Amino acid sequence: MLYWIDKNVKWIYPLPAVLFVGLMMIFPIGYTFWLSFHEWSMSNITPPLWVALDNYMSLFKDELFRESLWITFYFTVVAVGVQTVLGILLALLMNKHIIGKGLVKTLFLLPMIATPVAVGLVWVLIYEPNVGVANIFLQALGLPVQEWLASPDLVIPSLILIDVWEWTPMIALIVLAGLVSLPKDPYEAAIVDGASGFQVFWNITLPLLKPAIYSAVLLRLIDALKTFDIIYATTQGGPGTSSQTLNIYGYVLGFQYFQIGKASALLMVFFAIVLSLSILVISLRKKAGAAL
Amino acid sequence: MKKKWNCFQKVGFSLVALIGVSAALAACSGDKKEDEVTTGEKSSGNEPQTIRLVAANHPWTEAIMPMLPDFEKETGITVKVDSYFEDQLSQKTSVEFAANAKSIDVVLFRPLQDGKQFEKNGYFASLNDYVSQEGNSTDDFVPSALGSVKNGDNLYGLPVVTESTVLYYRKDILEKAGLQPPKTLDELKEQAEKLSDPQNGLYGFVARGKRSPAVTQFSSFLYSHGADFMEDGQATLNTPEAIQAFEYYGGLLKDYGPPGTLNMSWPEAMAVFTQGKAVFYTDASALYTNATDPSKSGVAEEVGFAPFPAGPGGNKVAAPPAWAIAIGANSEKKDAAWQFVKWVTSKDIVLDLQADGITGALTSVWEMPEGVAHFPEDLTEAIVENNKHGVPYDRPAIINVGEARDAIGDVINAAIEGKDVKAAADKSNAAFQAILDKE
Repeated sequence: MLYWIDKNVKWIYPLPAVLFVGLMMIFPIGYTFWLSFHEWSMSNITPPLWVALDNYMSLFKDELFRESLWITFYFTVVAVGVQTVLGILLALLMNKHIIGKGLVKTLFLLPMIATPVAVGLVWVLIYEPNVGVANIFLQALGLPVQEWLASPDLVIPSLILIDVWEWTPMIALIVLAGLVSLPKDPYEAAIVDGASGFQVFWNITLPLLKPAIYSAVLLRLIDALKTFDIIYATTQGGPGTSSQTLNIYGYVLGFQYFQIGKASALLMVFFAIVLSLSILVISLRKKAGAAL
Repeated sequence: MKKKWNCFQKVGFSLVALIGVSAALAACSGDKKEDEVTTGEKSSGNEPQTIRLVAANHPWTEAIMPMLPDFEKETGITVKVDSYFEDQLSQKTSVEFAANAKSIDVVLFRPLQDGKQFEKNGYFASLNDYVSQEGNSTDDFVPSALGSVKNGDNLYGLPVVTESTVLYYRKDILEKAGLQPPKTLDELKEQAEKLSDPQNGLYGFVARGKRSPAVTQFSSFLYSHGADFMEDGQATLNTPEAIQAFEYYGGLLKDYGPPGTLNMSWPEAMAVFTQGKAVFYTDASALYTNATDPSKSGVAEEVGFAPFPAGPGGNKVAAPPAWAIAIGANSEKKDAAWQFVKWVTSKDIVLDLQADGITGALTSVWEMPEGVAHFPEDLTEAIVENNKHGVPYDRPAIINVGEARDAIGDVINAAIEGKDVKAAADKSNAAFQAILDKE
C-alpha cells in the first residue's frame, strides 16, 4: 500500500485540484454545451427536448444577438484601449519619485476593491439626469446637460467611463511592477548617446514593457468582454437594448425568457470568442518574449 | 504550459460566471435548511414552526410586517420574510422553484406576470382542498381578481392586492392655473403643455418609460385609444389605434417629461413627482402612499387623484389584480403556510391592511365604510370610477409575459425617442406574434 502511494504520489497530490476543476469548470461547460442542443424552459415537468442546431440557427438569425455582439466589442475595445493608455501613463507617473507615493497608490486601488454593484449604484446617482453630480459639473462648465445612462447613444460611453475609472489602476499596477524590474543598462547607454525623454520611452521602455502590457491587456480583455455586474446594476441592458452585451442578453434569455437552450447556445458562442481572443493575445505575448 | 492552463482557467470562469449568478441566488437560502431539520414535520399542534415568505418590496409587505407578531402569538408559527424588488423576485423565485427547492413556503407573486408560467411548471400547491375544508369561502373575493389565480378548477393562489391606473396630479398647480383635473386624454395633453416649465425644473407629465416596466401603465392608454395587445390570438400592436396610443404616450414623455424617462420605472418616476418636479403622473393606485406620506414625499399635501382620463376609444382603464399569494409546491410546511395564507386574506386583516392604504381584493371590505375610510376621498372615487370600466389585465395574458413585455416596451421606447413608431410597431408585432404562435 505504502509502496503504491509512493509510486503514485504525483497523481495523488493534484487529485483535489483535478476534482475541483472537473466539478466547477468542465462539468458546467459540458452541461451548457449539452443544453445548447435542447429546448428547455427550466420546467420540472417538461424535460429538455433535443433540437440539434436549432438554437444556434435562431441565434444567428437574431438581430438582438448581432446587436449585443457589436455592443460587447464596442465596449471592450474602447474601454480596454483607453485603460491601457491611461494605465501606462499612470504607471510612468507613479514610477517617478513623487511625494506621498504610497498614499497615491492606495487611493488608486480603492475603485478596484469596491463591490461592483455598489460602484454601479453610486454611478447611477452621479449620472442621474435631474439631480446627478455629472450634470451639475457640466452646467458649471457651461456645457449642455446630458441624459447619460438614459440616452441610447451615450449609455455605452458612460459605462466605459465607469469601467475606466474602476480598472485603469489595475493596468497601472501591473505595468508599474514591470517598470520596477527593468534593467538599468540600456538607459545609461541611451543617456550617453544623448537620447531625448520620448525617444527613451518609445525605443527602450515600451518594448521592454511589452510582456507586462500584454499580461495586463489579456486580463482586462477577458474581464471587459464578460462585464456583467456594472451594466446590470446601472442599466440592466437599457435603455431599450442599447447596453445589452452578450452576457446580459444571455442572462435575459435564460432567466427572464426561460429559453435555456438558446441562452446556452449564446454562451457557447461567447465562450469560443473569449477563448480565441485569449489565445491570440497569449501568442502575441509569446512573440514579445515571456519575461513576466 | 502552466501559464496556458492558467489562462484556460480564467476562460472557464467566464462561462461559469452566468451559472454562478444562479448559484449565488440559490445559496442565499442555504441557512433555511436548519429550520427544516428541526421543524420539518407537518404541523400538528402548536409546536414552534418557521415558515418563509418570499415577497416583493411593496406597500403590502411593509404593512404586513408589523402585524406578524400577532399571527405568531395566535398560531405559534414564525414567519421569516425575504423581500426583493419586483423583477428580482420573479427571477429569484423561478430559479429557486426550478431547482426544486423546498425553501419557499409562501410566495407573493404577480398573477398576470408569473402566474401562468409558474402554474404550468407545477411550482404552486393547489389550494382546493384547503379551501373546501373551510367551506369554500372564496365568494368574497373580487371575481375578476380570483379568476386570475385559477386554472380551470384548480385554485393556486389568493389575490391580495388590486390596483388600477389613476391620475396623480398637483392640486396647488392646477388651482393656481384655474384648471380642473383633465377628464380626457386631450385635456391631459393640453394641460401638460400649458403647465410644463422645464426652465424652472417643472415638467408637465411623468410616467414609466423603461422598456418592460412601462407596459403595464401604458396599457390604459392603449385601451382608451380603442386598441388592445391582441385579439383572438392575433397580435394587434400595429393597428392604427395602437400606433396612435404609442405616439400619444411617447409624445407626452418626449415633449413634457423630465430627462431620463427611458430609464424610469415607478420608483424613479415617483421620485420625480414627489420631488415636485412634475404636474401629472399616471401609475398604479396601489402606490399612492408613496406620494401622500410626508416622510416619502415632498408634496404630500398637494397630491390629488383623478380617474384615468377617457381617450378617443372611450373610458377604459387597466384594473387588474396586482399581487396574489400562494404556497410552494415543495414546501414541507404546507399546513402552517395555509394558516398564514388564511390569516392574511381574512376579512379582519384585509380591513387592517386597507387602513394602511393597501387596496385589497375583498368585496365586503370595499363595501364597508371603515374599509375605505383611510383612503384619500378623491382616490376612492377614482378607484370606484375606474372599476366601472376596468379591464382585468394590464399586460398580455400569456405564459411568456417577460418576452412580450420587452417587445411592446420597444415600441414605447421608440415613441419616446421620437423614432418611427409605425416601423417599431410592425417589428414588435411580428415578434409578439411569434411568441403567441409558440404558446
